Amino acid sequence: MNFWGNKWMAEWLEGLGRITLLAKESIASLLTFKVAWRDLIYQIYFVGVNSQSVVLITGAFTGMVLAAQTYLQFHKVKMDTATLAVVSVSMCSELGPVLTGLMVAGRVGAAIAAELGTMRVTEQIDALRTLATHPVDYLVVPRLLALHISLPLLTAESIAVGIGAGYLVGVYFYGIDPTYLWYNMLRYTAVAEVIVGLIKGLIFGGIVALIGCYKGLSCGEGAEGVGRATTEAVVYASITILISNFFLTLSLGQIFHTL
Amino acid sequence: MIEVRDLKKSFGTHSILDGVSFRIEKGESVVIIGRSGGGKSVLLKLLIGLLQPDAGQVLIEGENIVPMNERELLHVRRKFGMLFQSAALFDSMSVAENVGFAFRRERSLPKEEIREKVAEMLEMVDLPGTEDKKPSELSGGMRKRVGLARAIIYQPQIVLYDEPTTGLDPIVSDSIDKLILRVRDRFDVTTVVVTHDMRSARRLGQRIMMLHNQKIYATGTPDEIFNSQDPVVRQFVEGVSDPKELRF
Repeated sequence: MNFWGNKWMAEWLEGLGRITLLAKESIASLLTFKVAWRDLIYQIYFVGVNSQSVVLITGAFTGMVLAAQTYLQFHKVKMDTATLAVVSVSMCSELGPVLTGLMVAGRVGAAIAAELGTMRVTEQIDALRTLATHPVDYLVVPRLLALHISLPLLTAESIAVGIGAGYLVGVYFYGIDPTYLWYNMLRYTAVAEVIVGLIKGLIFGGIVALIGCYKGLSCGEGAEGVGRATTEAVVYASITILISNFFLTLSLGQIFHTL
Repeated sequence: MIEVRDLKKSFGTHSILDGVSFRIEKGESVVIIGRSGGGKSVLLKLLIGLLQPDAGQVLIEGENIVPMNERELLHVRRKFGMLFQSAALFDSMSVAENVGFAFRRERSLPKEEIREKVAEMLEMVDLPGTEDKKPSELSGGMRKRVGLARAIIYQPQIVLYDEPTTGLDPIVSDSIDKLILRVRDRFDVTTVVVTHDMRSARRLGQRIMMLHNQKIYATGTPDEIFNSQDPVVRQFVEGVSDPKELRF
């Protein structure tokens, strides 16, 4: 490997190590039960309530597109009433958590990195430390918990809206029999698939929070540093979600027998 | 109270401090002067453990803080208050929330008592009735006052000031100097001020240390420093860029 390759690999491994240490510190902080409840509630509001429009639109239109595409293929082999089952299984175990994770990475991950990065360059994080407050306790843990709580709920919402939107397209746009459409959806969607989707949401929440916080806390100087940290937080969180989703699908599929 | 032994710090290949040693006694008021970018603020941050040195020791009441992790340092930092160059107020909070932050976090006092303490501190820094204002509504001098109120509310033993008068007009600078002296006398705290404002240095310091070429170059009482015949010290005291302009 050439010089630049070695440098990139060393930096990547260093970043991975630092995020792991941040996760370890966050877990240690959680175990002390010193969570600032007021901050946690505010973060849940910021992550959950303020992400509603993004998640609803993404979920609804993904469900609609999926229903249309599935119907157009299934109609050729007279399997119209299985359309919603495909939408449901896809939304539950893959599209719901992944698209919600990506949307939240773009909206919340960026906001976390920008906020913490600005605090860092304006010495507010140093001020926090001089006031005998650990930045992980005060800044990271409420955000991490908020995302762990909010993202599974947003995922569930996205799944429900996607299925609902797919149902509307199937019934009112393509004229599929609603009873068989609904029956097949329930028949082919296992509870395990919903659980897998929610577990993925939980894990993606942790990924968005940890990468956003890490990038913010370690950002470079000035406006350029904050800008770069924000971009990197979104890009790295998105890539990590997509890559980890593959391995989660395989491992959770084995555990819950959904594969 | 504070002892620094052979402290070294560099960023990348750029050496900032190379073997700095000194001692500050309890209740003493020390001013560290030196050129911009010379490592004064870095030295201050090393004293409170915000930065880790490459080598050397920082002893606070005989306890070396260099090997401590962040959680262990939190206990040591309770002895400190620090006023930052930019005041570093939490911009999402009001003045009252900033000043009472330490007590609110610890939940050690009832809300009413915190409110009283905040009002008392704001009175002390000549900003009564500003509790509900946001940092963005304050002038530079007011922000420094709020920063100072926040730093001294839990009555630390040591107060560190990083360029307290930088960016302020001479009248506001004078009022900040007087405030620093008032805090020192009222709470009997050890004071360490980093500045390149020579007027402030003369007023605030019982002892002045000059940082030059990554080391403590000169140390003495304000009179000794201001009457020094050393060309490096004189150049800084007189504020001339060309050594030929020096008057001895």
